[in-house]
Amino acid sequence: MIGILKILSIAIIPAMMSIILLHGYINKVNLYDAFVEGAKEGFQSALRIMPYLIAIFIAIGIFKRSGALNILVNIISPIAKLVGVPKEVIPLAIMRPISGSGALGVVNEIITEYGPDSFVGRVASTMMGSSETIFYTMAVYFGVVGIKDSRHTLPAALLSHVASIIASVFICNIVFG
Amino acid sequence: MINYVWFFMIAIGIIVAIITGNIDSINMAIVEDASEAVMFAIGLTGIMAVWLGLMNIAEKSGLIRSFSKLLTPVTKLLFPDIPKGHPAMSAIVMNMVANMFGAGNSATAIGLKAMEEMNTLNNNKRRATNAMCMFLVINMSSIQLIPLTVIKIRADAGSLAPTEIIGTTLIATTISTVVGILSAKILEKKE
Repeated sequence: MIGILKILSIAIIPAMMSIILLHGYINKVNLYDAFVEGAKEGFQSALRIMPYLIAIFIAIGIFKRSGALNILVNIISPIAKLVGVPKEVIPLAIMRPISGSGALGVVNEIITEYGPDSFVGRVASTMMGSSETIFYTMAVYFGVVGIKDSRHTLPAALLSHVASIIASVFICNIVFG
Repeated sequence: MINYVWFFMIAIGIIVAIITGNIDSINMAIVEDASEAVMFAIGLTGIMAVWLGLMNIAEKSGLIRSFSKLLTPVTKLLFPDIPKGHPAMSAIVMNMVANMFGAGNSATAIGLKAMEEMNTLNNNKRRATNAMCMFLVINMSSIQLIPLTVIKIRADAGSLAPTEIIGTTLIATTISTVVGILSAKILEKKE
C-alpha cells in the first residue's frame, strides 16, 4: 500500500500532464500556442502574490526573530498540557500554522534531541504531516483575488488545526503507546 | 481578520525585541525575510506558468468541462454554490489531487486558478464566498497522503522505521479535514 502510494506520488504530475496533452492533441488544440498563452499569466500571478508574501513573511519573521513566538509558546504550553499534549511538541503545534519552514526546523530539533523513534518524535512527525501552514496560505490565496473579508476561514482552519494536534497525540498513544 | 493578526504580530514582535534588547532582529527580519518572500514568489513563477499553460490547453480541449461534470456528485456536497460543470470545480479537484500527492507548488498554482474561477461567481468581490472558505479550509487541513519531507528527516536521523508514521498521519489528517469541513459548514450558516 505504502509502496503504491510512493510510486503514485512521483507519477501523478507527469500523469496529469500527459492526460492534458493527449486530450488536447486528440481534440486538435494548438498545444504550443495554448500553453504559451496560458503560461503568460504565470508571471502576473507571481507578481500579484508577491506583496502579500512579503507582508506575511516580514510579520512572521519579526514575530519569530524577536522572541515573541517563544513567549507565545510559554503562555499556551500549560493549556495544551491540560489536554494531554506532551510539552516537547507544543512549540511545533504553535509554529505549524504560522510558518512551514519554521515548523520543519522544530521537527528537526525534536527528532535530533529525542530520536525519531521516541514517542515525542513520532507525535511530532505525525503532527507535521497532518497539518498545514494557515496564515501564509490565506494571505496568498485571498490576496490573489483581492478578498478582504475572509469570514469564517480562519476560525474553521484553527479548529481543524487543533483537531489535528489532539488526533496526532491520541492516535500515537494508541498505535505506539 | 488578517489585518489584526498582521498588525499584532509586528507590534508584539517589536515590543518584545525592545524589552529583550534584541532590536537588531527586526532589521534582520525586514531585510532577509522580505527578500526571501521575493525569491519564493520568483521560484513559484516557473511552475505556475507551466500549470497555467496546461490548464489553458485543458480548457480549450474541453477536458476541464468534462472533468468537472464527472465529479459533480462528489463535490456538490462541499461546494453547493458552484454550478454544474463550472471550471472552478475542476481546478479545485486538480488542486486536491496535486496536494494529496505532495506536489505543493503545482497545487498552489492550480489553487490560485481555482480562487480566480470561484471569484467569477462572487457578487461581493471583497468578501469570501462559502465555496472559497471551504476550499481553503480543506487545503489548510492538509490532505497529503505521504509526508515525504517528514519521512526524509526521520530517515536522516537514523530511524529504524521512518515510514511508520504514515498510518498515524493519514488518520490524524482525515480527522482534521473532517473537523475543518464541519466547522466551515456550521460557521457559514451563523453569519
